[in-house]
Amino acid sequence: MIPRHLYFAISVLSLAVLVMGVYAWHMRGRAAANPVAATDTRPVVPPVAGPTEQVTLFVAYDDIGVLRPQAARIPLPSVRQERAEELLRALLAIYLDKSSPHQLPQGSDVRSVYLVDPGLAVIDVNAAFADGHRSGVLSEELTIASLIQTLSANLPGIVKVKILVEGKERQTLAGHADLSNFFDAAAVSQLAAQLQSNQ
Amino acid sequence: MRSIRRDRISRSSTRNNYGNGLGKGTASGGAVRGPETSGLQPMRHVAAGMLLLFAVMLVSAAPSEKRLSVYSTAANYSVPIAQRQGRDYVGLLELLDPLGKVSVKADASRWRIHYNNILGDFTAGKTHARVQGLDTELSGKFLLENGRGLVPLISLGSLLPRFLGGPATLHEESGRLFIGSVATHFTATVSPDDPSRLVLQFTAPVNPSVASEPGKVHMTFSHEPVTAPASSTLTFDSKAIPSAVYSEQNGAAEITVTTTIPLLASFSPDGRTITLAPPKTQPATNATSTPAATSPPATPAAQSAPVNTAPAVARRYFAVVDASHGGNDRGEALSATLAEKDVTVAFARRLRQELENRGISTLVLRDSDANLSLDDRAYFANTAHAAIYVALHAASNGHGVRLYTALLPDSSEEDRGPFRSWATAQQSSMPLSRAAMASVADELRKLQVPVRTLSAPLRPLNNIVTAAIALEVAPPASDVSPLASPDYQQRIASAVASGIADIRGQLGAAP
Repeated sequence: MIPRHLYFAISVLSLAVLVMGVYAWHMRGRAAANPVAATDTRPVVPPVAGPTEQVTLFVAYDDIGVLRPQAARIPLPSVRQERAEELLRALLAIYLDKSSPHQLPQGSDVRSVYLVDPGLAVIDVNAAFADGHRSGVLSEELTIASLIQTLSANLPGIVKVKILVEGKERQTLAGHADLSNFFDAAAVSQLAAQLQSNQ
Repeated sequence: MRSIRRDRISRSSTRNNYGNGLGKGTASGGAVRGPETSGLQPMRHVAAGMLLLFAVMLVSAAPSEKRLSVYSTAANYSVPIAQRQGRDYVGLLELLDPLGKVSVKADASRWRIHYNNILGDFTAGKTHARVQGLDTELSGKFLLENGRGLVPLISLGSLLPRFLGGPATLHEESGRLFIGSVATHFTATVSPDDPSRLVLQFTAPVNPSVASEPGKVHMTFSHEPVTAPASSTLTFDSKAIPSAVYSEQNGAAEITVTTTIPLLASFSPDGRTITLAPPKTQPATNATSTPAATSPPATPAAQSAPVNTAPAVARRYFAVVDASHGGNDRGEALSATLAEKDVTVAFARRLRQELENRGISTLVLRDSDANLSLDDRAYFANTAHAAIYVALHAASNGHGVRLYTALLPDSSEEDRGPFRSWATAQQSSMPLSRAAMASVADELRKLQVPVRTLSAPLRPLNNIVTAAIALEVAPPASDVSPLASPDYQQRIASAVASGIADIRGQLGAAP
């Protein structure tokens, strides 16, 4: 014979499970009807204002497959890490323009740049950057060389660079360029020199 | 000596959905061992014994049924082959059922089969059928037996692609059917430092039964789509293991190794390598481990490996050609219908032909739609001890051909003695790689093909311990269709092969 208080406890618990199930079902429906995060292309950080500085951006050109240095004046904060992020955002602004010579997918952004002594820079890009990137050895290495060379040309002391996607290691950018290893800044500098000629 | 890995075989049988009736026999045997009562015990034992004896006699007396082994990405299975009117027939429903959604409607003489919304219309006694509205000729009459539609075995090669929308390759003599690019390829090499040790490497895990007789070791692949190497007879420069022969029969592939010494087979943990070696030097319990020099580290932390010191004369292949991407990895979508993975494999086959025309033995790493990891590609290339590795890519942007070597820092790596980093294993071969790239570029320029030579962070170039280059073939103009054109591919392949042939002496002595 099952005691009466046990019947009561089971009934209350069953009712609680039912109510929670209905609530979870309701919340699930609401979440499905509001898919915001994946398609939100708004910039995460407001643009920096203030005095501008002259920098050199290394801009990729798909039509002739080259990387060209391009002088620009952009407002830069004093903190080194924030400077790195602004440099890359200035570069991305060129690529996200409709007349860009090297189109990156809409919504591409640099989430953060971490500068770790001695000489390590970690670039964390968002998923849109990698997921929608054009596939191809040259296309992908133009992007990588552009990011790394822009950083190391304007922030002395960078020796190695690691690229993460959404804070995680990824095998390749879009099926070709290896992201699993650290990039040697000197080797990328030589690559950037190679890429400045289309011969 | 008999060495059969029973544990692996049982696992494989489950995985491959093979049924041979033995399971039912065991169940029958189990059924007679029911709960026992004391009075009936002796009679039940006698009855059980008689039933078991009868079952064994029935099984042993039955003629061995001829079966068709089917290999596909969906499932590996077998179906019975029926002899009718002096021809081999198979039931179409049994054949298509494991591959997709199938339904059948049959009346007195008409038999219609729906396979994934594709309609096949057959008529008993007729040699033609309609599949998806198109007439198809059969090599013999369609047979209808108790609602079961039978088609001639030999017609499957032409009939199945209509249903499946892809190639189906029939090995009629051996009763093996390959649906799509599922073949498992293998290489066999005698270890350069131990001529009594034969290493067989497969592009996918295998699980053969191994049996031996004096002078021979037989490996039978009943469940795996193992296919023939370039030559069915492989000869080795070893007195202990002079040769191996590949053959196919009765739905299975078999590799028979001729030997003058007792050999024991052992399997690598990933099931892709089988090593035959004398028992004293290679105990069976010591599963083969691939040479550390040529295999990737288990974890990123263990990034060092002994330097590969295999002499050039031990090479079976001078060149390894790697068709990049494959399987789920389609590479770049070059057009709405053209995937990079398809262009690279077609180009790899042409390049192999051009290289072999120049006397350069060549291994194509991916000769099917298999999905090989980057580590696997490096592993196979390194263990082949080839003189040069060539990775093939295709792209829709730009024109001509782009040649790449690994993007590595200048040689400042710390001295690790006989070990080197997996991530920078290519370092010491960079001069050879650059020389090979320059030679290939020269040949392409002679054909007025636009060429660029670059370095690239492109795996597995940096993991290869010999000369390694990558090609990215772009169309000659804005239209990408020439990438799939035999003429364009042939032109590029010919120049690349000439470039490699020109530098053959520098890369190492040809086998």
